Amino acid sequence: MFKQLKARFGSSLSVGIIAIIGIWLIGMVILPQLIMVDYSFRPNLLPSEIGTDKDTYSLNNYETLFGNSIHLSIFAKTIWSSVLVTILTLVVSYPLAFYLAKVATPGQAALCILLLIIPFWINEILRTFSWYIILAYKGPLNALLLALGLIDRPVRFLSGDGGVMVGMVYAYILFMIFPIYNAIESLDSNQVKAARNLGAGWIRTHYRVIIPHAKPGIATGCIMTFMLAAGSYAVPALLGSPGSRWFTQIIYNWFFEGGDWNQGAAYAFLLLLICIGFIALVMRVFKVGLGDIAR
Amino acid sequence: MKSETIMRWGIRFYIGIFFIYLFIPLIIMGAATFNNSRFPTITPWKGATLKWFDALAQDGAMWTALWTSLVVAMGVLLVAVPIGICCALFLSTVQGRGKTFLYSLMMSPLLTPGVIVGISTLIFWKSLSVSGGIMLTVIAQTTFIAAYVMLMVLARLQRFDRTLENAALSLGASQWQTFTRVLLPYLKPAIISACAIAFLQSFENYNTTLFVKGYDTTLTVYIASKVRTGLTPAVNALGLIMISVTVLIAILYEWKRRQEAKRTVSSVQ
Repeated sequence: MFKQLKARFGSSLSVGIIAIIGIWLIGMVILPQLIMVDYSFRPNLLPSEIGTDKDTYSLNNYETLFGNSIHLSIFAKTIWSSVLVTILTLVVSYPLAFYLAKVATPGQAALCILLLIIPFWINEILRTFSWYIILAYKGPLNALLLALGLIDRPVRFLSGDGGVMVGMVYAYILFMIFPIYNAIESLDSNQVKAARNLGAGWIRTHYRVIIPHAKPGIATGCIMTFMLAAGSYAVPALLGSPGSRWFTQIIYNWFFEGGDWNQGAAYAFLLLLICIGFIALVMRVFKVGLGDIAR
Repeated sequence: MKSETIMRWGIRFYIGIFFIYLFIPLIIMGAATFNNSRFPTITPWKGATLKWFDALAQDGAMWTALWTSLVVAMGVLLVAVPIGICCALFLSTVQGRGKTFLYSLMMSPLLTPGVIVGISTLIFWKSLSVSGGIMLTVIAQTTFIAAYVMLMVLARLQRFDRTLENAALSLGASQWQTFTRVLLPYLKPAIISACAIAFLQSFENYNTTLFVKGYDTTLTVYIASKVRTGLTPAVNALGLIMISVTVLIAILYEWKRRQEAKRTVSSVQ
C-alpha cells in the first residue's frame, strides 16, 4: 500500500499521510474503545488501590445491570423505543424520498432539498426545544385541540415516552430521507415504466422494483436512525420526564452522579454492542454488505 | 390514468403536510421570543415585546459559552480537516486486501453513538491524567468529524481524472508540485464545504461534548442547561438568532452553488 502512495505523492508526503491517519485511527478511534472495554471489566477503586490484588477482571459491572430491574427495563425500553422510532421514521420518509427522486421536476427537487437541509443545519437542541414548547401542558397543541373540542382538558404529552419519540422522529428524519433518496435516484426510471406497462400496480411496483433497488439506502437510513435514537441524550433529557428515562441518562448518572466510571463504561459498552448487533441484523435482513452502507 | 391522478395529488398533499410539520416547530419557537410572557410559549399571547433580546445580551455566561464554542470549532477544523483529507487521499490511491477493512474502521466513528465517543475519549485521557475541558472536547469531536470530512473529500476525489497528474509529472513538475498545484486546487471546493460542515457539526454537538467538556460550557450545552433549569424566552431569542444566521448561510450557499452551476454550463456552451 505504501508503494502505491509513494508512487503518487512521493515519500515524504506519503509518510505524513500515513502518520496522520495512524494517529487518528490508533489514538482516537481504536485505543479509547479498547481502554473503555478494559475499564468496564475492572472494579471501581481508589487511585491507591489500582494495581493491587483488588484490581482484578470480573463481570461484576455487567451483573449490576441484570440485577437491577429498573435499569434493565430502561435498557429494554430504550432498544424497543429506538426500533419504533426507526420504523416510524422510515414510514414517514419513504414517500418523500420517492417523490424527490422520481416524481418531482429537478427544480422542485432542488427546492425541497434546500428546505429539508435548513432544519438539519439547526441545532438538535433547538429543534428539540421547539417541540418542548409545542407539547407543553399549556402549549399551542393543547390549546388547538381544546379549541377544536377534541379533548376536554390538556394532555400531559411530556410525561411519557410519546413526546420523546415524536422529538426523535423529527430530529433524525433527514438521516433517513437522504440515503433512501440517493438510492432511489440511481434507479433507471424506465424500470418503473416497464413495470407499470407490464401491468404491475403502484404497490407492486414499489414492492418488487423500487424497494429492492433502494435496499442499501433503507439499510443505511435505519442504521443511522437507530444509532442516533438509542444513543441520544439530548432528546430524552429535554422532552422526557423522570419516569421516562433513557439508557444514556443512566450511563451519564454513573459517570457524573454515581462517580463509578467502571460501571458506566460497562453500560456504555452494552449500548455499543446493541448498536453493532442492530447493524449486523439490518445487513442480514437487507442482504447488504458493509461497503454498501454510508455510500 | 385516474389512479395515477389520485396518486399524484395524494403525494402532493403529503409533501405539503410534511413541510408544515418540518417548519411549524421552528416558527412557533421564533414567535415565542416576542411574547411578553415569563415562559416561552405562544398561548396565551400576552402582547409583543423585544425585551428578551435585551435579557440575552445581558447574559454574560452565554457570551462565554459562545466564545468556548468558537474556540472548540476552530480547533476541530484545524485537526479534523487535515485528517479527513489524508484519509481520502489514502483511500483513493491504494488498492488491495486491507482497504475494505480500513475503510470500515474509518467509517466506524460515524456508526458509533456520540455518547460512546465521548465516554471512551474521557476514559482514555484520564488514564493519561488529562481531564475534561476544551482540549478533550476538540479531540472527542475530531474523532467522528474527521470521518465526515473524509467522505466529502473522497466523493470529489472519485471524479478526479488522474491523467492530469500524469501530464503534470511528465511536464517536469515534482510530485509535491503536482499535489499542491493540481490536486489541491481541484479539491478546494470539497475542502471548503467540509470546513463548513465540520464547523457546524462541532458547534451544535451535544451528546459527545457533554461527557468531555469538564468545567467548560459550549453554547449548545448552555442552551440545554437553560431549557432544563431557568427557562425564559431569552433562550428563544438566542434560538431565533441562530436559526436566522443558519437560514441566511443556507440561502447564500445555495445561491452561490447555482451561480457556479450556471457558469459551468455557459462555459461548456
